Amino acid sequence: MKLTGFLMLVAGWGIVLASMSLLVSMKPRTIFVLAGLGVEVVGLVLVVRSHLVLEDETG
Amino acid sequence: MTNLPAPTLSEGASVVCVFCIFLVPLAAGGLALLNAGLGRSRSAAHTMLASVCILSVAAIAYFVCGFAVQGFGGQPAHVLRAGGQRWDWIGAGPFFLRRFELDGSPASLAAALSMLCAGLAALIPLGAAAERWRLRAICASTALLAGFTFPLFAHWVWGGGWLAQLGINYGLGHGFIDVGGSSCVQAVGGLTALSIVWILGPRRGKYSSSNLPNAIPAHNAAFVILGSLLCWVGWLGLNSAGAILFGGAAPGQSVLVAVNTTLAAASAGLAALAITGLRFGRPDASLTCDGWIGGLVASSAGCLFIKPAEAVVIGAIAGILVTYAVEWFEFGLKIDDPGGSISAHAVGGIWGLLAAGVFARFPATTSLGATQSGGDSGQFIAQLVGIATLIGFVLPITYGLNRLLNWFVPFRVSLEGERQGMDLHELGADAYPEFVVHTEEFIQR
Repeated sequence: MKLTGFLMLVAGWGIVLASMSLLVSMKPRTIFVLAGLGVEVVGLVLVVRSHLVLEDETG
Repeated sequence: MTNLPAPTLSEGASVVCVFCIFLVPLAAGGLALLNAGLGRSRSAAHTMLASVCILSVAAIAYFVCGFAVQGFGGQPAHVLRAGGQRWDWIGAGPFFLRRFELDGSPASLAAALSMLCAGLAALIPLGAAAERWRLRAICASTALLAGFTFPLFAHWVWGGGWLAQLGINYGLGHGFIDVGGSSCVQAVGGLTALSIVWILGPRRGKYSSSNLPNAIPAHNAAFVILGSLLCWVGWLGLNSAGAILFGGAAPGQSVLVAVNTTLAAASAGLAALAITGLRFGRPDASLTCDGWIGGLVASSAGCLFIKPAEAVVIGAIAGILVTYAVEWFEFGLKIDDPGGSISAHAVGGIWGLLAAGVFARFPATTSLGATQSGGDSGQFIAQLVGIATLIGFVLPITYGLNRLLNWFVPFRVSLEGERQGMDLHELGADAYPEFVVHTEEFIQR
């Protein structure tokens, strides 16, 4: 779960970077930047949850 | 290939800038006192010595390779071409500051300021990881932060890198703006703190078997408050020097920067004081000081481009955010951060970056990465791109590199060391040998 979370963080950043390079008009670019941030938030939730599970297991 | 042309400074601006840079070490001293005061007495000397080690290692690492990676406008840089635009990724200067004149030029002033900022950023994780982070590991992790992570992000923001050029290349306002280091100093430091706390885990005895946090109170509230006041002076220098060097401010605009910095800190401190007073019946000194620091951090990004009334709003929201974030991290996410560093520096820094996108207004004559379309539209998107880079690049790479480092230089002190206290275990002597009485926090209540 932790690795997936970190990969999603990087993937979200990749979406943001791609939107800069590939899209020209402001509206779709804004939507893709927000989508990239959304993917990062999901990744962050996964990373946080994986650490919570670890803490519970190790006491 | 060289990046953006080098900015020029008047003689007056250089003098004001040098004076402001000399104030920045006070912020480092303040953070050291704050971190020591918020920890237990049995690790106070260790925290203070670790602060000195961090500043020393950061200065040397930045000298060896930091400035080569960071660069400055007019300095060599590695550039990629994608989508028909230049993506300036990393500085290409020589190591050890070779062939670089420290003569008061804007580039040399930026090098001096950034060297101090590298130390400041590296002090932030110490507050979160105190009382269980070994001195050797602290030095190794600091070298990584000051030699690579901080300068790389600082290149993107302060060195004419791709984030700074978002306005020129993609018409996003004036590009990512952060004159005082809310991102490259504070958020980078705060996210590094989060990574290290995840690697280390909480202090022994912090969480009971029922998973509820035990209170481990700060040992010296006077240190905490004095540290916060020293940080204020240091931040006045940091924000003013950053505004002149990276925001193109005239020397007289330092007054605006100083007023905005002070107002943001004041409103943040008062907001934290009011919230803790209302919720707990009495104001909490530690949380109020964390709120105050959060206000300083949030003020840094846009201090040159906002009005004083807006600084009050930004600070107040920072104070509220930091106060609740400290509790949320401790109770909800089981993150043991004795110094409140992640809340004050990462949360406060990211809020400051967003606030700059919302409130910043630019004069027609600004020298800051002028946009192709000529307007301020897209500034908020540029700030979001910067925040996405912090969370999507800085956090994973910091976590990965420190995890790797942990295999070679184990981060966590032994159980026996934690029981003794870091002072006795690593230094062989307590900070207060004649007075201190250790309580036993390891007995489950």
